[in-house]
Amino acid sequence: MAKVPVQFTLNGSEKAEFVDSGTTLLNALRDKIGDTSPKGGCQQGTCGACSVIVDGELRLSCLTLAETCNGAAITTTSGLAEGGVLHPLQRAFLDTFATQCGFCTPGMIMAAKVLLDHTPNPSREDVVEALSGNICRCTGYEPIIQAVLTAARANSQSAA
Amino acid sequence: MALALQTFPTVRDANAALKVAGTRYLGGGTLVVRAANEGDVAVSGLVRSTDPALSAVEIADGRVRIGASVTMAAIARHAELGALAKAARAVGGPAVRNMATVGGNLFAPAPYGDFAVALLALDAMVSTDDGELPVETFLGGRDNSRAIVTSVSFALPKDDGFRFLKVSRIKPKGVSVLSIAVVLEQAGNGTISSARIALGCMADRPVRARAAEKALLGKTLDPNGIAAALGAAGEGTSPITDPIASAWYRAEVLPVHLGRLLLS
Ligand SMILES: Cc1cc2nc3c(=O)[nH]c(=O)nc-3n(C[C@H](O)[C@H](O)[C@H](O)COP(=O)(O)OP(=O)(O)OC[C@H]3O[C@@H](n4cnc5c(N)ncnc54)[C@H](O)[C@@H]3O)c2cc1C
Repeated sequence: MAKVPVQFTLNGSEKAEFVDSGTTLLNALRDKIGDTSPKGGCQQGTCGACSVIVDGELRLSCLTLAETCNGAAITTTSGLAEGGVLHPLQRAFLDTFATQCGFCTPGMIMAAKVLLDHTPNPSREDVVEALSGNICRCTGYEPIIQAVLTAARANSQSAA
Repeated sequence: MALALQTFPTVRDANAALKVAGTRYLGGGTLVVRAANEGDVAVSGLVRSTDPALSAVEIADGRVRIGASVTMAAIARHAELGALAKAARAVGGPAVRNMATVGGNLFAPAPYGDFAVALLALDAMVSTDDGELPVETFLGGRDNSRAIVTSVSFALPKDDGFRFLKVSRIKPKGVSVLSIAVVLEQAGNGTISSARIALGCMADRPVRARAAEKALLGKTLDPNGIAAALGAAGEGTSPITDPIASAWYRAEVLPVHLGRLLLS
């Protein structure tokens, strides 16, 4: 099968690879580039574990073809910590025990990050809506909702 | 298995590439890439066009034209498409809405196709390079349609002229038990002078509830006025059975939800 070039920035650094045409962004990230933070759960767009941010928008990387992302800026959960310091969302997920098996966590954090980027002080309903495409089988969701609200409060305190 | 994707700047060239057996058009990919991931061998190649007209929204003289590549998220946040926001937000969760296109929704089998239900009630026209078709005709023939849909157009409904309801079990996002869109016009005395009712999940694709529409004409929007329409709502439908609900259940709850929507 013909290889096609894909080129984008991933968490701020330039990436260029050749992939088989039709390769999903999820497979390109995990198998070619080595960023295993997006998870392959259902491969049907239903679970949200593969969620990444493409040009500021939440996307399902299992249903996105890598070659349609040429020139895009992609963010994954592995790019959030800076200099060994966890992002406020990661810290809040740990503090509120919102991570159990951890499989859904990177997708949840991506969905939450897009929310907080646009709505720094979300209501509980905003959080529930923002996470509505992400499935968690461990926590019952409540600790995750609390983590996002906690991170939002931490954000607004550090901004003040 | 990977699928080769071919990208063309013009719809014309993409249409030509789609003539090859096994190729499918790629909109947002939420259904067609999903099918490939599930091992659907009927899809061997994908074609898309990056023509900017496919992503345009034009509003002039009370009519709107939405390019086929416009996403549900773009419609939901568009300042002048507020009337449609509820129908666009009914499709999937946030990530799905950032990907799901208007063009793809026209092909989505039940229980999907919530936005197409809205387009059916709005009596939209569907455009391809071959010309325009009323959405009802288009939906009826969609299984054999090969041409790329370029846009949909319709008269912008007046503020409260368009009503939409999606019934789902999982909140806030879930697959439809059913979806209903209604466009009503009322005469000066409050009686209904025209009604279009479209139903999702009451067949394998969105359908009009013509008997209910007829039963509303000349009636007022109150429990007595709509009773005959509710009685006729399921006429001619053949609801789907899926893990969300049986055909029997859908038929039972349709009048309840239609009544709530009409009286809301
Ligand atoms: C987790 C999940 C939840 C979902 N929830 C909902 C929901 O609640 N409601 C709902 O309505 N849908 C839902 N969907 C289904 C789907 O996302 C939408 O129907 C969407 O609008 C399909 O559009 P797309 O652009 O992604 O289509 P694609 O997958 O790109 O295409 C679907 C089909 O349409 C054809 N096609 C696409 N665009 C064109 C065009 N312009 N011209 C000709 N043919 C075209 C393709 O060839 C393909 O056969 C869901 C999907 C997922 C994965």
